Order: sequence, then C-alpha cells, then structure tokens
Amino acid sequence: MKPIWYFVGLILFLMGLILVVSGISLLSSGETHKTVLGHTYPDLWWGSFMTLSGLIFILVNRTKTV
Amino acid sequence: MEQIGLSLADWLIIIVYFFFIIGIGFYLKRFTKSEEDFFLAGRKNSSWVAGLAFLSANLGALELLGMTGNTFKYGMYVAHFYWIGAIPAMLFLGIYMMPFYYSSKIKSVPGYLKLRFDEKTRVLNGIAFGLMTLLVSGINLYAMALVLHTFVGWNWDISMWISALTVAAYVTLSGLLSAIFTEIIQFFLIWFGLFLVSILGLLEIGSVNEILSRVTELYQNVSYTTLWSSSTDPNLNGMVISWAGIVLGLGFVLSFGYWTTDFLVVQRAFSAKDLHAARMTPVLASFFKMAVPFIVIFAGLIAIILANDPQSGFQLLKDGNQVNYDSALPMLIKRYYPAGLIGLGITALLAGFMAGQAGNVSAFNTVWTYDIYKSVINKKASDAHLLWMGRAATIVGILISVATAYWAKSFPSIMDYMQAIFSWVNAPLFATMLLGMFVWWITPNGAFWGLIAGMLSSFTLFLAQKFNWFDNTVLTLSDTASDMAINFWRAWWAWLICFVLTIFISFFTKKKPKEELTGLVKGLTIESKDLNISVYRKPEFWAVISLIILVLLNIYFW
Repeated sequence: MKPIWYFVGLILFLMGLILVVSGISLLSSGETHKTVLGHTYPDLWWGSFMTLSGLIFILVNRTKTV
Repeated sequence: MEQIGLSLADWLIIIVYFFFIIGIGFYLKRFTKSEEDFFLAGRKNSSWVAGLAFLSANLGALELLGMTGNTFKYGMYVAHFYWIGAIPAMLFLGIYMMPFYYSSKIKSVPGYLKLRFDEKTRVLNGIAFGLMTLLVSGINLYAMALVLHTFVGWNWDISMWISALTVAAYVTLSGLLSAIFTEIIQFFLIWFGLFLVSILGLLEIGSVNEILSRVTELYQNVSYTTLWSSSTDPNLNGMVISWAGIVLGLGFVLSFGYWTTDFLVVQRAFSAKDLHAARMTPVLASFFKMAVPFIVIFAGLIAIILANDPQSGFQLLKDGNQVNYDSALPMLIKRYYPAGLIGLGITALLAGFMAGQAGNVSAFNTVWTYDIYKSVINKKASDAHLLWMGRAATIVGILISVATAYWAKSFPSIMDYMQAIFSWVNAPLFATMLLGMFVWWITPNGAFWGLIAGMLSSFTLFLAQKFNWFDNTVLTLSDTASDMAINFWRAWWAWLICFVLTIFISFFTKKKPKEELTGLVKGLTIESKDLNISVYRKPEFWAVISLIILVLLNIYFW
C-alpha cells in the first residue's frame, strides 16, 4: 500500500497546479484580482508553494510502501 | 448578502477533492479484509499518521468557524481551548493512560470499562457515546449545508446528501483506514486552504504587534489580547471568566474529559502499530494543536480590527439584530481569496466537515458493533459477521445523521448545545476513567452509579440554567459569567459529583479481585519501559518539549 504522504503530495500538487494555471492566465491577460491584496496574485505564489510542497511529498514517497 | 461566485478553477478544485477521496476509498478497500482492518485500520499506523489523524478528528470545520467567531466575541481567551484546554490532557493520555488502553488490546473506550468494571457500565457508556456521536455528526452535516447555502448559494438538500453519501461510500468501503487517510488530507487542506487568510490579514494590517495593539486600543476596559493577566476578575476579560473557571472547568474537566476518554480521538491512537507509537500519537499531535490558533485566533483578531474600521468595508453577517460570529472566517475568505483560492477555501471547509462526519461515523460503527451489538444482542457473532455489521452500521449511522441534520434545521438552536452535549457525557466519564485507572478499589457499582449521577447532574444543571431554576452565580462562584464560563463550571460540578459519589459507593460495594485488574490499573501492572531507545525518541522527552513550548506561549501572551 502506498503511504498516505504520497496521496497528500498528489492532491496538493494537483490543486496547486490549478491555482498556478488560473493565476498565470489572469496575469497574462493583464488584469488583476478585485479582492483585497489581489494585485499580489496570491493564487500564483500560494499555488506555486502548494505545487512545490506536493512535488516534494510525491518524490520522497514515490517508491515507498507500507 | 451577495453570495460568493465560483469560477472554473474553483469548481475544478472541488471536483478534484471529491474524486480523490472516493478514489482513496476504492484503493484502500483491497487492504481492508478483516474486522481489525475495518475498525482499527489494522493497527499498522506510525505515530505520525495516527498523531495527525488524532488531531484532525477534532479539527472539524465547525470548530474552525466557531473558534474564529468565538475569538471575535471573546478575544484571545479562546486560545485557552488550544493550549491549557488541550495540551496537558493530550500529554497525560500519551504518558500515563495509553499503556492501559493499548496494552489491554481493547477495541473501544467502553471496552476498557467492561474489563475494568462490568458489562452494564460499558453498555451505559456505549449508548451515551453512540447517541452523542450521531447527534454531533448530524449537527456537523447541518452546519455544512448552512455554510454552503449562505455563502455559495448551494442547494441545502443537494449539498448535504452529496457529502453524506460520499462519506458513506468511503467509510463503508474501508472503515477507519479511509477515515484516517481523509483526515490527514483534511489536515493539509485546512492549513493550505485557511492559513493564507491569516497571512493576507497580516500583510494588510502590518504585523502581529500591530494587530495586538489595535485590538487593545479598541477595548480599553476589557482585555481581548491577553491570556492570564486579566483573569483575576471576570469583568476584566472578554470571556467574563476567572482563572479558576479556566483551570478547573476547561483545563481540567472538559479538556481531560474530551482528550482522554472520547473514543472519536482515542480510536486514532488505538490504530498505532505498537505501544510506543500509540504513546507518541497524542504527544506529536500536541505540537500541531498548539499551532491551530495561528489560523483561528489571528483570523478572529483580524476580523475584529476590520469590522471596527469603517474604511475597510468589512462586516460580519447579521441574523436579524444578532451578529453572526461564525461568519467571520467565510467573510475573510471572501475579502482576500480570488478565483481558485475561493475553491481551495471552500474545499478546506468541506474537507473539515466531511472528515468530522467520517470520524464520528467510524467511531459510532465500532462502539455499536462491539459494545452494543456483540455485547448485548449477538454475543456469538463471527468476525466476518462483525465486519458486515460495521459496514451496515456505517450506512445506518449516516442516515441517522441526515435525519438529525433535518431535525437541526427545524430547531437551529440545538447548534448551541454542542458544548453542553460534551459536558453531559465526557465530563463525568473522565472521573470514572481517572479513578478506574489509578485506584484499584473502585468498584463496578461505584463506577456505574457514579457515572449515572454525573451524567444526570450535568443534564439537570443544564436545564436549571436554561429555565432559571436558580441564579447562575451559585454555579460560577462569581457575580457575572458568559455562557462559555457557565459551560466550564457546569462540567466541573458534574465531574466532582461523579468523582465523589463513585468513591463513596465504592466503600460499601463489592470490589473486583486484584488479579482481575492486572494490566488495567496503575500499581497492579508491570509497565514496559522503552529502555532500548534513545532519550530523544521517548514520548516523555517530547512531552517535556511540548510543555516548555506551552509555557512559553502562555508567558508571551500573558
């Protein structure tokens, strides 16, 4: 059985990727979010952080079984 | 209010979550072959897995919304729920109680009562726990549907049924194992999905010191930013409570009652692979528990500042003239989260609600199967039959939860009784367990009648307060008290009544022979020591580190 940490990595990676793609598409259109602090593109930097964290979990646990 | 609109990215994140957890249920089914796999996740978990699940079973969305709202209402005193109101009890469970729980190889907390006392005490606690669990599960479901309906505009019935059926599917497929997997995923989603609220709030307001000083300026006569320095007089703090109420009611009875006897959380430690991992489970969880205020307390304080600044345009919702404190966190999400992140925030709340429900249902199916069905109805049931019964109990438990949720919808005030429900069942049970584990001459009849008296007194005190049978000052020993303070004091009195009566009745009733209590009571048990492991791997070492951090946090926010 794959360890739980592998699945944690997968879901963080997938969700982070969706946020990054969504943030990049808005950035490339030249618009900003209308929320408070939206001009800092929190989806982009937080999504990148999630993607990276997920990737680390996946790589560390990709061959492990419990 | 204007509802939060969802973009494609938001929907994608929510859909990914649902597919993911259903997929995990199917993936884990192939590893769920025996009744021990289903009810105790095969007793194979590491202390990290069991520890995060132990914490996550308690970290539901209702708690996150409620505690952020309570911070808005009462100020920083809410941090007591996470620090003195949790850490000492978690460490006590790991260091002193877990050896008796784990070594006796019981499958549930009522199972311990059967071994230590007798069948009637086990069934009494099993029934009380089962009712409490389903009631809380239903209220959780109702709260989830209410939040989604209010903030996102989702249909009440559809959102409730979809989440209930999803939980039913994955818990029925693989029992506690899938409940634990989804709880750990929920733990990460809550941190990634909600901690950003505090980060963005900090960026907007400036710094932690700026937050504390601005809240202090807002409340000149009552402290909203300290923990202890304003506890000598209830009139000096937002929770209107004295240090005695915090220490005795919350820090001792409610906290120990919940963290050391509530099977919902303790079941996660039972799933650990060995005694060392089981003892480490609550000790590891204590570090993460101490960190939760950095989401809820910060968010609550940020909401206070913004709501009192007319320029900010931030307001909590109102139900008529009543401020809806629980709306603080969703309103902050709405303020800060753009498209995509909104989906992540909603998914974090959904995960919290659903994992909370899965936790309740998986604890219910175990207690029903072992402590009521096998104990009273079918004593000769085979393992295969018990596995089938566990799955059936999951589906029935979910259906009863849904019925409870509809009941809650017609009587919304039962939401307010959540804390009260815990004090009816857990507060007196802690007295029974404490005496049972540490005093060998406590008798089965003493435990049974003491527990009944404790539960009845807690319920009677609740009615007395609700219908003004006597002045609350009798209960709280002070001129004034908030509802929360009354909850703390009621728990204390219920515990004390159970404690005293159990001892008193034990003087006159038949004791169990000492040889039957080996492995169940301190002093009659040879406790195995972790002699062959280094100091830094011992639970005691990490418990001391945890206590030091607890003390430092309390001094910093004194």
